[in-house]
Amino acid sequence: MGYAFSSGYGILLLAFGVLPTLYAIFLAFTKNGSFVGLDNFSKVFGDYRFFPAVQHVALYLVVYLVCLILFVVLLALIVHAVRSRWLSTSVRFLYYIPGALAGASSVLLWLFLLDPTVSPVAFVLRGMGLDSFVQTVSIDNLPVIFTIIAFWTGAGGWIVIMYGALNNISEEVMEAARIDGAGPIGTAWYIQIPMLRKWISYMGIMALAAGTQLFVEPRVLSQASKGVVPPDYSLNQLAYLYAFSQKDFNGSAAISLILLVVAVGLAAFFVFRGGLFERE
Amino acid sequence: MSANSLTATRPAKRAPAAAPAPSVTGFAPGRWVKRALAFVVAGFFLIFFVLPIAWLLLAPTKTSRQLLLDPPFSFGSLQALGDNFTQLAQFQNGIIWVWLGNSALYTVSALVLTLVVSIPAGYALAMTDFKLRRTLLITTLVVMLIPNTALVLPIFLELSAVKLIGSPLAVILPFSFFPFGVYLTYIYFSTSISRDLLDAARIDGAGELRVFWQVAMPLATPVIALVGFFNLVGNWNNYFLPFVTEPGRKSPVQVGLAELLSNVPLFNPTSAGSVTIGLPVLALATIVSVAPVLIIFLFSQRFLVTGMTAGGTKG
Repeated sequence: MGYAFSSGYGILLLAFGVLPTLYAIFLAFTKNGSFVGLDNFSKVFGDYRFFPAVQHVALYLVVYLVCLILFVVLLALIVHAVRSRWLSTSVRFLYYIPGALAGASSVLLWLFLLDPTVSPVAFVLRGMGLDSFVQTVSIDNLPVIFTIIAFWTGAGGWIVIMYGALNNISEEVMEAARIDGAGPIGTAWYIQIPMLRKWISYMGIMALAAGTQLFVEPRVLSQASKGVVPPDYSLNQLAYLYAFSQKDFNGSAAISLILLVVAVGLAAFFVFRGGLFERE
Repeated sequence: MSANSLTATRPAKRAPAAAPAPSVTGFAPGRWVKRALAFVVAGFFLIFFVLPIAWLLLAPTKTSRQLLLDPPFSFGSLQALGDNFTQLAQFQNGIIWVWLGNSALYTVSALVLTLVVSIPAGYALAMTDFKLRRTLLITTLVVMLIPNTALVLPIFLELSAVKLIGSPLAVILPFSFFPFGVYLTYIYFSTSISRDLLDAARIDGAGELRVFWQVAMPLATPVIALVGFFNLVGNWNNYFLPFVTEPGRKSPVQVGLAELLSNVPLFNPTSAGSVTIGLPVLALATIVSVAPVLIIFLFSQRFLVTGMTAGGTKG
């Protein structure tokens, strides 16, 4: 009976989870249908665009992860400490709402915000010596810009998750800490943050996995800035160029496979070691 | 914390003990500094999250000139809003409606298909025993944690091998593969419905299908809503997959939006000659493209902020 109920999902899992992976593996190790070993990989590694793309993504990830973890935990603690239920709910909702603009729309909105001629925060941009859109999106600023965009759309969801996890800490533990003389900062540092550890690592791993896949932000910015943001800034963009400009599906599959291995590795590590999904 | 943390994080009742702790030492400047600091940080981020949206909502009420010269948070005029709307609606003979229609077709079909396959699958994983159950569960967990962008190019390569590129199925089918929904359903059934209840129905002579349809399904309404919400919102905003599998007029609105961008002379000077789009029109298009999701968010406000739902926004 279990098979009957799960067959539809099973078919989709095979068709859009397992099969594409197998097909990517097949393409990555062949050329025109015949086995070529690691040729596709060495071609990709030898591509002058490959290592800059790795660097770009790595730099972005460092900036993004540090900001995400720091500010999400901080804001969750603050929101959790707000005693007025109404205020706390409204603030969480307002933090969360940019999540509705995920994808191309948020990038488009940030195009406006980053352009000093129309931006409502033009004075901030000019204050930093950025007088034109092209200057703002210069390649050195991109890790910070992508961090701001990703944080803007995604942080609210995580703040809400952390808030939920903070609610699960028993009131007795918090009370005991208070009786021992711990102030809000002491309680946060010695009780709340250690108890959030699992959720923080979950967030870190999810953000890391998603961040390596960077595509829509540089893609739209590249389109908007007429190439000031290069079309091969991130690894996924490079894989896209391989498939669509060079019609080299094998090379594209090789890059996709590298990214996929990273993502599956992180996910598997978390499922088996993270303890968040322990059940049986 | 066990696997049900995702669903079990609804706010616990605050004990009254948490209410204002009287300051023991009377006047404590350090305390106030900390409190003020927390207030400033929370306030700064509130502005950071809200200000862009406020600006976006006002931008389409202005003409291009007003957008450059007027104060950023001023209201232009309804007249300008109407003009911008007309411009957007007429752009390439109303292609915005085609894109919105595509988005609706893709996401709603995927939503139906997702529910039809995910709810029974989650039920089977939670309530029945079969040989491949554990394999299926672990695979689901791993795939669920993979960002969906990671599979886009492999899926594209696969679909182009079977010549499905450009067909609506090329997004509807991948959109309907939603392991997170199966996981949520699985958690829901295994934590809130006992097998004994189902056994009781079986003893009363109900067949397996009837047990599922008449006993389990009516109890599953909350999780159906939850799975539907995440599926719809995620798919509506998905960019990468339709970007590669649905070219041209088949694009959903998110992809179309980026297409509009190429017609804005300010951002893309080479587009001169073709019909151009003003910045306020682009802002309006951005609002139109997310309006359905924004409305769903507003109506789901209460359950969004409790923490039990937010696990679906990965990354």
